[in-house]
Amino acid sequence: MTATDADLQPTRSFQGLILTLQRFWAAQGCVILQPYDMEVGAGTFHPATTLRALGPKPWKAAYVQPSRRPKDGRYGENPNRLQHYYQFQVILKPNPPNLQELYLDSLKAIGVDLGLHDIRFVEDDWESPTLGAWGLGWECWCDGMEVSQFTYFQQVAGFECSPVAGELTYGLERLAMYVQGVENVYDLNFNGREGDEKVTYGDVFLQAEQEYSRHNFEAADTEMLFRQFRDAEAACRAYLKAGEPGPVGEADRQSNDPRHRMAQPAYDQCIKASHVFNLLDARGVISVTERQSYILRVRELAKACGEAWRRTDAGGLAGIVPAA
Amino acid sequence: MPDLLLELFSEEIPARMQRRAAEDLRKLVTDALVERGFLYEGAKAFATPRRLALHVAGLPARGQDVREERKGPRVGAPEGAIQGFLKSAGLASLDEATIVSDPKKGEFYVAVIERPGRETIEVLAEILPAIIKSFPWPKSMRWGAASREPGSLRWVRPLHSIVASFGPETETPEVVPFAIDGVEIGFTTRGHRFLAPQAIEVRRFADYLPALERAFVVLDADRRKDIILHDARDLAFARGLDLVEDEGLLEEVAGLVEWPVTLMGAFDERFLSIPPEVIRATIRANQKCFVLRGAPGPDGRERLANAFILVSNLVASDGGAAIVAGNERVVRARLSDAAFFWETDRKVKLEDRLPRLDTIVFHEKLGTQGARVARIASLARALAPVVGANPDLAERAARLAKADLVTEMVGEFPELQGLMGRYYAAEQGEDPTVAAAIEEHYKPLGPSDRVPSGPVSVAVALADKLDTLVGFWAIDEKPTGSKDPYALRRAALGVIRLVLASEARISLRAQIATAASGHGRDSGAFAEDLLAFFADRLKVYLRDQGARHDLIDAVFALPGQDDLLMVVRRVEALGRFLDTEDGKNLLAGSRRAANILRIEEKKDGRAYDAAPDPALLSLPEEAALADALRSAGAEAGRAVAAEDFEGAMRALSALRAPVDAFFDTVTVNADDARLRANRLALLHALRAATREVADFSRIGGEGR
Repeated sequence: MTATDADLQPTRSFQGLILTLQRFWAAQGCVILQPYDMEVGAGTFHPATTLRALGPKPWKAAYVQPSRRPKDGRYGENPNRLQHYYQFQVILKPNPPNLQELYLDSLKAIGVDLGLHDIRFVEDDWESPTLGAWGLGWECWCDGMEVSQFTYFQQVAGFECSPVAGELTYGLERLAMYVQGVENVYDLNFNGREGDEKVTYGDVFLQAEQEYSRHNFEAADTEMLFRQFRDAEAACRAYLKAGEPGPVGEADRQSNDPRHRMAQPAYDQCIKASHVFNLLDARGVISVTERQSYILRVRELAKACGEAWRRTDAGGLAGIVPAA
Repeated sequence: MPDLLLELFSEEIPARMQRRAAEDLRKLVTDALVERGFLYEGAKAFATPRRLALHVAGLPARGQDVREERKGPRVGAPEGAIQGFLKSAGLASLDEATIVSDPKKGEFYVAVIERPGRETIEVLAEILPAIIKSFPWPKSMRWGAASREPGSLRWVRPLHSIVASFGPETETPEVVPFAIDGVEIGFTTRGHRFLAPQAIEVRRFADYLPALERAFVVLDADRRKDIILHDARDLAFARGLDLVEDEGLLEEVAGLVEWPVTLMGAFDERFLSIPPEVIRATIRANQKCFVLRGAPGPDGRERLANAFILVSNLVASDGGAAIVAGNERVVRARLSDAAFFWETDRKVKLEDRLPRLDTIVFHEKLGTQGARVARIASLARALAPVVGANPDLAERAARLAKADLVTEMVGEFPELQGLMGRYYAAEQGEDPTVAAAIEEHYKPLGPSDRVPSGPVSVAVALADKLDTLVGFWAIDEKPTGSKDPYALRRAALGVIRLVLASEARISLRAQIATAASGHGRDSGAFAEDLLAFFADRLKVYLRDQGARHDLIDAVFALPGQDDLLMVVRRVEALGRFLDTEDGKNLLAGSRRAANILRIEEKKDGRAYDAAPDPALLSLPEEAALADALRSAGAEAGRAVAAEDFEGAMRALSALRAPVDAFFDTVTVNADDARLRANRLALLHALRAATREVADFSRIGGEGR
């Protein structure tokens, strides 16, 4: 093994952990995607999960997704909490019958010895009110620590999943802290080098955590954000309308084509609205009652996008009625 | 006799659902068998995280033969009748029928239909798939490629294989022949996920249980619990510590492992400065670990030890060292969070948190938590003198009672609400009764929860519950059937138990009006309905205590009964009175009087409610009764006014002899209309006198 290979051992570097998971799931036939280029609260929001979970077409993908949780910012002072962290997301549709075994194999691949560590599947039903989605599954525990979420999607954007997709979400920092044996996230070895060449998680992200915490809690321009929420909501609706089949412009030569033509751009606006809402929430300018109505507004967008997606090629062009 | 062994092997079943699911499986299968006439000797069901299993012992190999005789038409009956008979009896020709002769009816055909009993295994093949497909999981899911199709199998988590074996002990059993959506059915199961993952062949229950044990699976949840409890106590004992037992946690933990391995971990002693309830909540809720008690502290109070018990599912190759280390890391991180909350929460005084409550909506139609606190505070102040509390302290406690809802600690552990408020109040030097009331104002939380006794606690607890009840009545969000989302029945029961335990004299009607005015409402529209709700709850409560609910009705039927303590006192006195000879006879007499009155008043179309005319009392027994009624009625009235219900009953008991004598000698329906009217008026006076204590017409019969 060359020196570089050793540096990239999952137990030695954060990036090595990511690369190992990518290789593992690539070997299972997943397309290895890159993070979605928008701010999202969780890897599930990536269209490769949310939209691809809908419709009949098989789909296997894995990717890292930075997750933004404005409210979880702690100005870099808490060793476990971050307003920006990485999730490793795997989606397999339909879920293979041995998904649990595959998951356990992936833990082995990143250096968890299953003869030494106590792995448990503890009930945790997942629900995303903003995505109109829910599923059943577990938190996966390693020696009492939650290291992953394991979910069988039952419904997304208000539609029954048919077939059901299995979704795995690894909390990368937590897992890395575990396999590297460090107590503080900022002490994680990022690149696996030692001495002068060593780069820690703190070197990369500590300043960002401080700056974004300040931004999220103190400075984010709420007036602008409220405007952006309304704009994103309106744009989402407008794009959905504009993407409806029918003779809209000159480019349209097949007016009988039943396909929706702009589900993904519309969904980007739904993602945008969701993140803007999270920022407003962190600024504390949304009251408890309003909160519910904002969540509902995002959900309505997600549902409309999901409905449009199902009328696209990748969505399977299925004429299935929405779930009650 | 043959046995059934059924095992449903799946991915991890939520711990909280396992016991119920095993019981449902047993009941559904045995009920279906019994319904089809198949009796069995015994049945027992089991659950582990990955399997539900059922053993039904002593089933017959096949059902009973059925022999049925069906009577047909006369010999020589018309062809149509004959054909109809053959068809309905399933006979090919009359040759298959027998002829019976009857001296009266002559000769007629009889068909003897013999149906052999069905093979039990066939019946099982019918029953089992139906039960599996409609199994009553609280939440179920679809999965895998099969979930493309609508109506695919639902199970709590993916179901992988089924063992369904049927046969006698001495022979090789058979697989019950049925199929479910591509789930494998046969004799194959698997052991522990990590310790014995290979396939195991099982034939019958007698070898199933030991085969699982060899494969590191303890099938019986109660045995897993015993093992955990025993090992945990041993581990604690060896260190001179005491296990803080926790049945709910034990049940849950036993549902998270197939092969329990109990280990002990420790945490830094400095965390013991955090309140013990917080340590326990942290370790229990997040880690599902048990805490331990050490030697008492210098103040003689119980102290937790800086150790915990964890239950793993693995016989680890290093003896569990890595598992303990991992759990300790997580416990350390969690306790650090808790210590941080404990430190930071105490930097802000409770009253400084109150403005935050103004931003939290309690209920859309009932305003914010802040508004609620203001209402409860003024209500607590008003109630204070009634329960013997200092009004300033009651108001202060109520003002601070909800402040801990916006602390970090309660945000993290909602179950610590109240308790944290008490700690923080004590830390900031509040009066001890105020601190206690902050914790206790939520109590009692159920029929078996402790009722607070400190007057300040009682005042705030009553104010909190009355405000909630009145608020939800005002917006017409009352409990219906099994739906009681705001736990209003519990709140009303809480009021009842608080009032009775503290012997507080409270006019509910007046307090409802006061509470309603806090909501800016007039209680007129709903006060009677809410009082009736209290009456119902009181009935349920007293019935649970063994009181007769008809006596409660008899007391509530009197006007103006809104003082719970007095109602209960009266019911008790009435119950005791009716247990005496005098009471029983007076009840019989007054019932007789009431019957006569009802009939005669109906016949005459008028009421006999005037006072009896002394001039018309012709017989000595009449005069004696009239006298007794006058004095007993007045005395009972005086006693009731003085809240001396025993005295009132005693006064009434003086009526027994004159009432008996009256009915023995006096004819009520006298020929002389004036005498008759006067005697009816006398009976009316008897009813009126008894109504001083209760409406006797609501009291049921002897031994009811």
